[in-house]
Amino acid sequence: MLDRITGASKATPASNGHLPDDANLITSSQQLASRASAWDAVQAARNIKRPHSLDIITRVFDRFQEIHGDRGFRDDPAIVGGIAELDGRPVVIVGEQKGASTEENIQRNFGMPHPEGYRKAIRLYRLAEKFHLPLITLVDTPGAYPGPEGEERGQAEAIAKAIFTMTRLRTPIVVVILGEGGSGGALALAVGDVVLAMQNAIYSVISPEGSASILWRSPAEAERAAKAARLAGPDLLDLGVVDALIPEPPGGAHADHDATARSIKTALIAQLVRLERVTIDDLLSSRYERFRGYGTLAEEGALVVPPAREPLWRRLRRMAGLG
Amino acid sequence: MPFGRKPKEFPDHLWTKCPSCGEMLFNKQLARNLSVCSKCEHHFRLGARERVEMLVDKGSFAEQDASLSSGDPLGFVDSKPYPERIAAAQLKSGEKDAAIAGSATIGGNPVELVVMDFEFMGGSMGSVVGEKITRAAERALAERRALVVVSASGGARMQEGTLALMQMAKILSALARLDDAGLPYVSIITDPTTGGVLASYASLGDVILAEPGALIRFSGERVTSGTVGEKLPVGFGKSEFLLEKGFLDQIVSRTQLRERVAFFLTAFRAASQDMRWSL
Repeated sequence: MLDRITGASKATPASNGHLPDDANLITSSQQLASRASAWDAVQAARNIKRPHSLDIITRVFDRFQEIHGDRGFRDDPAIVGGIAELDGRPVVIVGEQKGASTEENIQRNFGMPHPEGYRKAIRLYRLAEKFHLPLITLVDTPGAYPGPEGEERGQAEAIAKAIFTMTRLRTPIVVVILGEGGSGGALALAVGDVVLAMQNAIYSVISPEGSASILWRSPAEAERAAKAARLAGPDLLDLGVVDALIPEPPGGAHADHDATARSIKTALIAQLVRLERVTIDDLLSSRYERFRGYGTLAEEGALVVPPAREPLWRRLRRMAGLG
Repeated sequence: MPFGRKPKEFPDHLWTKCPSCGEMLFNKQLARNLSVCSKCEHHFRLGARERVEMLVDKGSFAEQDASLSSGDPLGFVDSKPYPERIAAAQLKSGEKDAAIAGSATIGGNPVELVVMDFEFMGGSMGSVVGEKITRAAERALAERRALVVVSASGGARMQEGTLALMQMAKILSALARLDDAGLPYVSIITDPTTGGVLASYASLGDVILAEPGALIRFSGERVTSGTVGEKLPVGFGKSEFLLEKGFLDQIVSRTQLRERVAFFLTAFRAASQDMRWSL
């Protein structure tokens, strides 16, 4: 299993002498004994006791130094970021930050970033590129803030620019969907070379409530909308939107923040060890192909199934020149 | 108008009432004026085919990827299954999906053009729209042409779930390559453009032009009021508002659009023409 994920055989010495055991990553929905219902996944992903970005950052990384502000308008508390060490080496981290209490949620705007939050994220992306540091993002948002202040300051432009910047950022990017991956506001942090999701995370084009109020004309139909949207971890694996799920401790991530953080740390180190062997040009063309390949099309009346994407482990292996 | 009846002298197939100023407009004359009210400049929504016709040099449009239509990756069913919804929209519009693409010239400048059609499922962006724009960008890159995209869309297509969301990253990946290659991309925003379309390619043109009075907003009214619980002032999120806030380069009347696009494209092509500075 380990070989399958990391693409390295056990005989191959790891570059830094530390090849972590991440045998627990879930790379196929077949590996899961049972599937939670979509609505259960939505509830789990939104659980207020779930570890949020700073809970994970403080447990996974050492010497975290936060970086504030977009240099234009203000510091958005719904996005946190900075420099820290992962296993002794510096990385750049950007995460969407929800609160663990109502009070904190008001301060963090329930994890819904304003445009200046995304502009802070872009500033951190560029910093990672400039200093050749890997970028790690933690996605956890119901969506970008949809209010009038966001519109005035260019919410759409800020999100577009963030996605655009990530598509060609010349440094490895590992994305972890931590809880809620709400639409464009999530994608602004989620264009990566490796996209992982927590076992109970969700990722969707619109919130179940939003799609219920548009398609069923009633937010009360959110449960049905969640099921139709195929937004839970196993669905995301089946659709190829994420590469692997990080298993959560029994009872869910909220039951044990430390154990959750350990699983994330193991997964991150393993992925970065793989990615650092790949030349940046190969990484960028592979990132292009990855996102280029999404979509299902029927051409000339005949259903064309897009060619199955090369599995992550084989892609990395090929790029690392291991055959 | 006694008893709310329409006077006989304005039959529907000959006349259209301007929703903005109430003027009765003779259909033939309205069409000749590119569906712009001759009294108040109200811009009626335009279908994709009409848009192509008014924007490109006469007879220069060669459609590409016309046969692309969408699969049903999620097996999505709301009040009816997604494939039925597509079939109904195809039957109604005669189009395969919410955008048409092709090669053309605008004022003599060779371009790859994609035009969205709001009439097809609210102009929603799924795999087909994503693929057409991406292919157009890739053709532009290969042929060293400019890319022009005319947006009119409610946003990403919910029925394709996260795969619709991924189209945003797919298109922007291709636009980044155009940008790296120094090729122009002109974004034209028309009424209405919202959601994931605005939060990706519509907002990132080298030049961004919009038609007057177009609704241009990140969040739909229902999403905003559902989430934030506040009513927005009238005129909020129209093109004029965005120009003032600095997110558009110009508001251009439809009657001047072709000429204006041609101006920018010609200027950006200066290096390959006699107009160049020795830089």
